[in-house]
Amino acid sequence: MSQSYRLSDKGRLDRSQKLTFTYDGQSYTGYRGDTLASALLANGVKLVGRSFKYHRPRGIMSAGSEEPNALVQLETGPRTEPNTRATVVDLYDGLTAASQNCWPSVKFDVQSVNQKIAKLFPAGFYYKTFMFPASWWTPVYEKIIRRAAGLGKSPMERDPDSYAQKFAFCDVLVVGGGPAGIAAALAAGRTGARVILADEQQEMGGALLSDDALIDGQPALDWVAKSLAELARLEEVTILPRTTVSGYYDYNYLTALERVTDHLGPQADDRIPRQRFWKIRAKKVVLAQGAIERPLVFADNDRPGIMLAAALRTYINRYGVLPGRQVVVFTNNDSAYKTAIDAHTAGAVVDIVDLRVDPTGPLVKQAEALMIRIHKGSAVVATFGKHAVTGCEIAKISADGKSLTSDTTFIGCDILANSNGWNPSVHLWSQARGKLTWDAEKNCFIPGHAGPWLPVAAGSGTGTYDLGNCLSQGFAQGAAAAQAAGFGSGEVPKTPETEPLVEGPERMVWTIPGKKPLGHGKAKHFHDHQNDVVASDIHLAAREGYLSVEHLKRYTTTGMGTDQGKTSNVNALAIMAEIRNAAIPEVGTTTFRPPYTPITFGAVTGQNRNHLFIQERTSAMHPAHVENGAVFEDVGDWKRPWYFPKTSKSGVTETMDEAVLRECRQVRETVGMLDASTLGKIDIQGKDAAEFLNWVYTNKWDTLKPGRARYGLMLNEHGMVFDDGVTTRLADDHFHMTTTTGGAARVLGWLENWSQTEWPQMEVYMTSVTEQWAVCTITGPNARALLADVTSMPLDPETFPFMAMQEGTVAGAPARVYRISFTGDLAYEINVPARYGLHVWRALQDAGKSHGLCLYGTETMHVLRAEKGFIIVGQDTDGTVTPMDLDMDWIVSKKKDDFLGRRSFYRTDTKREGRKQLVGLLTDNPNFVLPEGAHIVEDVKPKPPMKTLGHVTSSYYSPNVGRSIALALVADGIKRKGDTLSVPLMNGHVEKVTLTDTVFFDKEGARSNG
Amino acid sequence: MFLVKCPWCGWRDQTEFSYGGEAHIARPLEPGQISDQEWGDYIYTRTNTKGIHAERWVHTQACGRWFNALRHTVTDVMWDSYKMGEDAPTPPKDWDGLTCCDDHKKLAEGAKK
Ligand SMILES: [Zn+2]
Repeated sequence: MSQSYRLSDKGRLDRSQKLTFTYDGQSYTGYRGDTLASALLANGVKLVGRSFKYHRPRGIMSAGSEEPNALVQLETGPRTEPNTRATVVDLYDGLTAASQNCWPSVKFDVQSVNQKIAKLFPAGFYYKTFMFPASWWTPVYEKIIRRAAGLGKSPMERDPDSYAQKFAFCDVLVVGGGPAGIAAALAAGRTGARVILADEQQEMGGALLSDDALIDGQPALDWVAKSLAELARLEEVTILPRTTVSGYYDYNYLTALERVTDHLGPQADDRIPRQRFWKIRAKKVVLAQGAIERPLVFADNDRPGIMLAAALRTYINRYGVLPGRQVVVFTNNDSAYKTAIDAHTAGAVVDIVDLRVDPTGPLVKQAEALMIRIHKGSAVVATFGKHAVTGCEIAKISADGKSLTSDTTFIGCDILANSNGWNPSVHLWSQARGKLTWDAEKNCFIPGHAGPWLPVAAGSGTGTYDLGNCLSQGFAQGAAAAQAAGFGSGEVPKTPETEPLVEGPERMVWTIPGKKPLGHGKAKHFHDHQNDVVASDIHLAAREGYLSVEHLKRYTTTGMGTDQGKTSNVNALAIMAEIRNAAIPEVGTTTFRPPYTPITFGAVTGQNRNHLFIQERTSAMHPAHVENGAVFEDVGDWKRPWYFPKTSKSGVTETMDEAVLRECRQVRETVGMLDASTLGKIDIQGKDAAEFLNWVYTNKWDTLKPGRARYGLMLNEHGMVFDDGVTTRLADDHFHMTTTTGGAARVLGWLENWSQTEWPQMEVYMTSVTEQWAVCTITGPNARALLADVTSMPLDPETFPFMAMQEGTVAGAPARVYRISFTGDLAYEINVPARYGLHVWRALQDAGKSHGLCLYGTETMHVLRAEKGFIIVGQDTDGTVTPMDLDMDWIVSKKKDDFLGRRSFYRTDTKREGRKQLVGLLTDNPNFVLPEGAHIVEDVKPKPPMKTLGHVTSSYYSPNVGRSIALALVADGIKRKGDTLSVPLMNGHVEKVTLTDTVFFDKEGARSNG
Repeated sequence: MFLVKCPWCGWRDQTEFSYGGEAHIARPLEPGQISDQEWGDYIYTRTNTKGIHAERWVHTQACGRWFNALRHTVTDVMWDSYKMGEDAPTPPKDWDGLTCCDDHKKLAEGAKK
């Protein structure tokens, strides 16, 4: 049975390259140039999977990306890919694929019982069957649906392949490499314009690859080869085969997926990305995507071996496969006669079943001359065969197409090709906000009014099927597009000679009658093969009032599969139009959305994975933190030491709680060191710098003396706190501002905004210097003694008091030392150029040995600052908090007439009673640590809702206070200090809390001044 | 993903820029002298234009400069941008919201030839 359906004399295959592949565990062979689908058909494999809902046997329906049926699980392990269309998988040696959606095997599938209980699965069955009770959802319904539904299986391991992304710019993007697309690329390329020609198939040529047409008296494929050679010579032209343009966005921004090595197999070449995701900005876009054949909707039209007529012709001519011996061609139009003629010529016994009573086109005459049997005015009304079609019954049908007018006749067949006419591919046109027009003569939607970016369309994508017209449209649109992009004179190349296409009209019968009325008996008329939706579902939707196309779609799931209804949407619309007795365009079309065909997550992600996903920021001291065993915390993109757990001699490592308790105690007993490099730092210079700070901070800055520092709160115009930090005056016209670690970029943007747009007359310049300075903060009673060991600068409190800055050297490095404190203890923030950071840190660590130095991280920093009631903007504030709400009136200057946010203090909402204000909380049980975010209430009720007065913003166990402490925002909290309120928790526990001052430790503030 | 014209750098992808809301909303010179209503209008009230909208942009990922621009809010086409302090350009009355001023200049040059 090795390739016994292969034709010896046809096909564009490289027969010198024999390829071995495995499907469902069985080994087969094929040739380079095959798709998985063509190779399966060559080996006589028709049954490739089971359907989504009813688990019916399914085969290969198309030869392209519109395939709804032949979805396979490609490869295994980390490279496995579900829902791969066998019709677009280029065959490679060693390919492994399996059918999906069936268990234990494709021939014996347990869930095919679904089709026996099909009455349970009508349209909308999700909504109806799985309705009540709600408590059954997760435990019962979801499990049933998940087991029954879904197609293939996702990989469970990391994707080992690499993916690339590429930004490209071009003058003319041509989508589709058929005759019209090649002509457009030629016309545009010859002008010198930058052209990209993309096509989803492995070879350019489109429909010509399956055809025997002549151009200028020579085989059309010779013209294709000659044209591609010319395009390849044009320096500004890029030809991208295996590249699907998947999305069309505003300003002619299009995305495309290039399958770079997929056709070579998984282990092709590690140095090359598997797929490349293109992001293309085009000046003009020519859409030449071709057309997709529509299936006929007839009884049991889903058996393996039932396929689209043009697909069969493609398998014969392009892939050299005649997948059956007895072929029935069921059609409403002339184009399918080409399939019948080619199948006949290739050696099959062919019957044509034509819906039309009196077809007269030249192709009909040609078939008659070949003595092919033609059953006119007839329809296929039943099909047979368990795992593949074995025959069908045909009958004459009435003039209205609704009933049979003769007895049925049986015809044996192993292939049933069918055609219901064509749908131009208008997906990208529609994505680009173009309108669609119903062409009543061609019975299809064609591009109508163009969207704002004015793409143009050419070829069968416009409903033009005559080769000569396709070529001349392509030439004309290509030349016009180039001219619009500024290239060429618009001169249109001469169209070569072709034979004109003469076809008779189609006969539209949107639902082919069966032997029993629709919905009676077992026969099913599928219009959406992928989602298993049948014509009677549309009738049901109409009866239940789901008449609009958007409702129809969601109620029946028509067109909502991974194929986006490429073969099903128009049939569904037409059937609904018939039921409603309306014109098809009245029913409407759904909006086409990107991507045109499924794309991999890997390609969308591109290189942005692992360490390239987010740039990790580390300080200059990072190597020391690693050596010291730090556990890191992510703060923005920074890796900051969270705590430094110690390991005892017996090998026991401290828990986080143990480490933090130890660090907290030791800082206040001896001295601790923190890496504060990540704080935002902005260098501000210019003669108006002080005045500028007067505007952006609430307090006064012109009075600050050089060498002195001050704490500042920054507000937005709504009067709400959005950042804080200490800023130091280095000289009359020079300040060093610090911001929160996470707020650095936001604050710089804020300052730039005001200086550039509102006060451009001010002479002030801002520069981010966060990365330029490394900061070692040493704090605790021994901090001065420790610093004295590594510097000669005077440290006595008279010369170097609290809130002052000195320049000098520390451990030999040039340094700015700021005597400011976020712990409430004696503290020095030692700033050195980043390149000295590691050296100075190590020097301090060495010197610290004799001073009881302890390294501490951000968690201890948080506890120590909370002991002092110092806020963290963004944790203790949330964008609705004024300085007054924080009980920080002292920082709001009464001498300034204006600063950012000031006027909002006098709005009714900011001065009303009942605002949430920052207070301290002490729990009844001193060992109980409240969860942050817990609500504070007056009256506890048995269950929510309860009226909340506010919430806990910060909460820790403080070893220095000897109990738990918390900060909270509570309505009218400042005047309620001393009151007792309740914190009800999720587990039912209610903790009583007393509102207090926010300072828990060293209330007099003596320690930082020491 | 539309294009934005920076007056210093030229046309660039939107992802390089940050939006700054409606332009030409001057901060009141004496906030202390105005009513709550007037201050509220300054911080909250915007025109929400359908059509040509004067708005602020900043070229965050490049030169860092703030500027003003006229954008058609239906098509997202930017007619032109202009530096802070400059007067807004005036698109022609029959502007279709699809071409930018650079396209117009090109069209005019083409017509001369
Ligand atoms: Zn710029």
